[in-house]
Amino acid sequence: MTVHPHHGIVGKAAPRVDALAQATGAVRYVDDISYPGMLHGKILRSTQAHARIVSIDTSAAEALPGVHAVLTGTDLPVAFGLLPVSQDEHALAIDKVRHVGDPVASVAADDPDTAQRAIDLIEVVYEALPAVTGIFEAVEVADEPIHGDEPHDNRDREMSLEFGDVDAGFEIADHVREDVFFYQGNNHAALEAHGAVALVEEDGRLHVFSATQVPHYLHRILARVLEIPESRIRVTANPTGGGFGAKTDVFSHELVTAHLARVTGRPVKIVLTREEVFYAHRGRHPVLMWVKTGFRDDGRITAMSFKTYLDGGAYGSYGAASLLYTGQLQTVTYNIPAYRFEGVRVFTNKPACGPKRGHGTPQPRFGLEVHLDKAADDLGIDPVTIRKRNLVEPFTTTVNHLRITSCGLDECIDRAVDMSEFQNRRRNLSPGHGVGLAVGAYMSGAGLPIYFNDMPQSEVMIKVDRGGGVTVYSMAADCGQGSTTMLATVVGEALGLQPSALALVTADTDLTPVDLGSYSSRVTFMAGNAALEAALKLADLVLSAVADKLDLDLDDVELGKGVVLAGDHEIPWAEAVQIAEARWGLLVTTGTYKPPKDIKGDYRGSGVGPSPAYSFSACVAEVTCDRDTGFVSVKKVWLAHDVGRSINPLLVQGQIEGSVHMALGEVLMEEQSFRGALHNGPSLLDYKIPTVLEMPAVESIIVESIDAEGPFGAKEVGQGPLLPVVPAVVNAVHDALGIRVDEIPLRPDKILAGLDDLAKGGTGRIGPTTLPDYTFRSPILVDPPPERVNA
Amino acid sequence: MLRLPPLRYEAPTTLEEVVALLAQDGALLSAGGTDLVPNLKRRQYPDARTVVSLRRVESLSDIAIDDEGFIRVGALTTLASVARDERVPSAIRKAARSVASPQIRNQATVGGNLCVDTRCDWLNVPDTWRQAAEPCLKTGGDMCWVAPAKKECWAVSSSDLAPMLVAFGADVQLIGPNGERSIPVEHLYRNDGMAHLTKDPEEIVTEIVIPPDIGVRATYHKLRRRGSIDFPILGVAAVLRLDDDGACVGARIVLGAVASAPLRVPEAEEVLVGQPIDTDMIVMAAEAARKLARPLNNTDLTSRYRKRMIPVFVQRALEELMDA
Repeated sequence: MTVHPHHGIVGKAAPRVDALAQATGAVRYVDDISYPGMLHGKILRSTQAHARIVSIDTSAAEALPGVHAVLTGTDLPVAFGLLPVSQDEHALAIDKVRHVGDPVASVAADDPDTAQRAIDLIEVVYEALPAVTGIFEAVEVADEPIHGDEPHDNRDREMSLEFGDVDAGFEIADHVREDVFFYQGNNHAALEAHGAVALVEEDGRLHVFSATQVPHYLHRILARVLEIPESRIRVTANPTGGGFGAKTDVFSHELVTAHLARVTGRPVKIVLTREEVFYAHRGRHPVLMWVKTGFRDDGRITAMSFKTYLDGGAYGSYGAASLLYTGQLQTVTYNIPAYRFEGVRVFTNKPACGPKRGHGTPQPRFGLEVHLDKAADDLGIDPVTIRKRNLVEPFTTTVNHLRITSCGLDECIDRAVDMSEFQNRRRNLSPGHGVGLAVGAYMSGAGLPIYFNDMPQSEVMIKVDRGGGVTVYSMAADCGQGSTTMLATVVGEALGLQPSALALVTADTDLTPVDLGSYSSRVTFMAGNAALEAALKLADLVLSAVADKLDLDLDDVELGKGVVLAGDHEIPWAEAVQIAEARWGLLVTTGTYKPPKDIKGDYRGSGVGPSPAYSFSACVAEVTCDRDTGFVSVKKVWLAHDVGRSINPLLVQGQIEGSVHMALGEVLMEEQSFRGALHNGPSLLDYKIPTVLEMPAVESIIVESIDAEGPFGAKEVGQGPLLPVVPAVVNAVHDALGIRVDEIPLRPDKILAGLDDLAKGGTGRIGPTTLPDYTFRSPILVDPPPERVNA
Repeated sequence: MLRLPPLRYEAPTTLEEVVALLAQDGALLSAGGTDLVPNLKRRQYPDARTVVSLRRVESLSDIAIDDEGFIRVGALTTLASVARDERVPSAIRKAARSVASPQIRNQATVGGNLCVDTRCDWLNVPDTWRQAAEPCLKTGGDMCWVAPAKKECWAVSSSDLAPMLVAFGADVQLIGPNGERSIPVEHLYRNDGMAHLTKDPEEIVTEIVIPPDIGVRATYHKLRRRGSIDFPILGVAAVLRLDDDGACVGARIVLGAVASAPLRVPEAEEVLVGQPIDTDMIVMAAEAARKLARPLNNTDLTSRYRKRMIPVFVQRALEELMDA
């Protein structure tokens, strides 16, 4: 049951609790950490795309004065990977390297320059192997696959699922349309490079500081790879200078830094260069996709078949989940009666892809939303109508067994369309100007943990001291999204205390109870709910003790702002907590959150996609296109987002604007692309991110559907608003120029190619036309949920 | 963060000392350092031993108008200062303002921008990246990866001021072991990515001398992916002199970032000079520029696209001038 705010704390646009520290530079990032005697580590990385390591000679590096340790792959032989199904990485390469930049050896030295000299002295002899750099090659049989010894294709994993009778759905369709799309890969490009500091503390335990979004998973993998118990390791996640998913994996440099600290007995620091960040990657997968949809004449969908081909790079990482995410959330915005998803993720000799804001869903969302606009054109209906005819209903179950609860998508569309005057302006703007619409949906936290277990996914503890001070303990790692402020706001609202008056202890495995991490937009919903539960329990303890003491009914006492209102009395909070401590002893409460079990189906792959609640967004983008240069400039973006309840509107707006900026980078210019296996420019000069000059005005429209299960009704906002922006811009370019560029980024040369084609009498369509020669297994047939069949 | 290689740093107070220090092996001159430092960090100058800074040399950062109306800009004047000085012709200010980002323009200098090293996708990358590729000509290899057929380096002239100052017919003042001399900015360059400056390594650019711009219409158009930060991937500098009847009596069209030196387009200039400029002449001039230039695939966006943009940008620049 929703707890409603009444202290005016939730819902108030307020700066982050750490805003001043951020702005003044007081926040301690990993690279700010320094210890007396601290050594500086450096990693030697592969110069080969694909090669066997014949030999490594570290003798000259070891002999260099100032060098304290040199590590190679055999020093840390245990394989790891974030997902239990993908244990395919080593801290340093053993036997083989799989991409340029793969970690091979590491040193710790007195200073960074000595570390670099030592790295330069390490001699590695490679035996080059043929490199595979694209999806089409990767599905073919290779004599030397990237993983494994026997000749086979470079498939990582595949999935084929069918919900309901898709072919029958196509049979009854009045119109069937097919499209092929490509979404280029891109990097998170967080301003702060990854880094770690490790030392063995006085008690002999290893302490690792890292710029990570997932201290809990780092804790587990450190124990595994270093072969020491978790109880002998403490992980502290420092505030990060941006994450966006970049820091949700566990990386070589974290394991190596930790091991170097153990070997040398000295604190060790490694901070990656920007080039190394592009090699560590885990960014957006390049995805080639094909979609076929059957429609009734009125635009209603009868069936959909979706195929995706993911270029995964050299390792599994989150890829098994990424693959499913390219297929699972299409049904969350639209009521699709029968749905088939076939997907394959391949290994290539490039840095591993993984989760980036929207994890696996921006690519199919782009394809789906452009595909729908094209279908609307075919059917002679408008983009709003075709979406509304298919809109998902609140409190229903999708054909792939996802539970939909609160849903403000309809309102999102109405408000974005109305504010932008989309319907009047579409097809009516002067040549070169256009507007486009698209929608999206995202999870408020993945329904299942990364590793199978029945324990809560978020745990929060609250302790009160005798002066009335309230300390909130949570492992939630603030990756810039404001999770610490969210916790303070939720607890503050529940207790009638100002967020800034609370103490927050976060993201430290010694000090805080488990939270799985800042990924899948799970923190507000899950840690927020855990915090709310703990806070409400504390409120109960305080109120009941005061009621007891004053001999009042529990109904006659309540929390005011910083006071307990008890009959005619107004007892200051600090006094009330002393009454409670006298009554109950130490005031510590806990809260936990575990998603309900009924949010998912029971089929292979059903673990990816379910969420206790989904956010919804609608976007209208307005563009101006230069016909001579092919440059697209986005003039304005209207973004309506159903966040359930806006806990802090200022932060919600910030997430919307940040998502728009990131999406515009992806649709207009950002690409992690390669010359063969060589990165096309691993720097923030060559990797183009929009500057403030490319950033348009954003109209953030906050829609509140008050989710019954979210904390105070809240859902996610960190990732969802990115999703509709990319296709909205692409659809707007069509409105402006009449061309269809079915691949992003919309580079100016592609726009011109589309215009050239149009001028020659073609369709003005630019994009991929062929799919890899790959046969999917016959799909696992899954019956639609019974409530749909009965409906 | 990339780190600098070990270097000696010298910052003398006189030009004579700077010239003397530059004669040493591995000495590199630094003005603002915004080009030199990242290049050094990427280990583009493996023989570098000493950085000789001009920072402490006085009186190199003034802008003055001499008795004949020539604008004399000290080589150490920052691009930000040039961009805001109303005595400097507006097209040159525009070119200065288009360089990099506000922060860099506060540090980068006019002399530094004129001497900015040529750039290439295979060169301006960290040395760890280059170790994964075969070395190119400019990094000690024996092949250019951009145009393998010829043994030449095609790294791109990446100065925004250079084409504009060539178009203005500006001169540059040099001081070196053999004293001072003045040459047209145009003659400062040769079309060779390995050694794009004609001056001796010991010679220092001390001053830029810009002729008075009475009766001159000029502009600079820059192609790049973003409105800030990026180097040019095409620059078009256009200067026209019109007489009282509107006839064009002098024209210079100079392209930047399509070769290893600023590229004058005499054919375009010939088309324009001698009569009032009309649309057909503009189109012919633009086409002449397109024909002359051969951008390669060594910077952002494709060579084909950049070539296609040449007439578009020339035409836009000339139309702007004729509309003025």
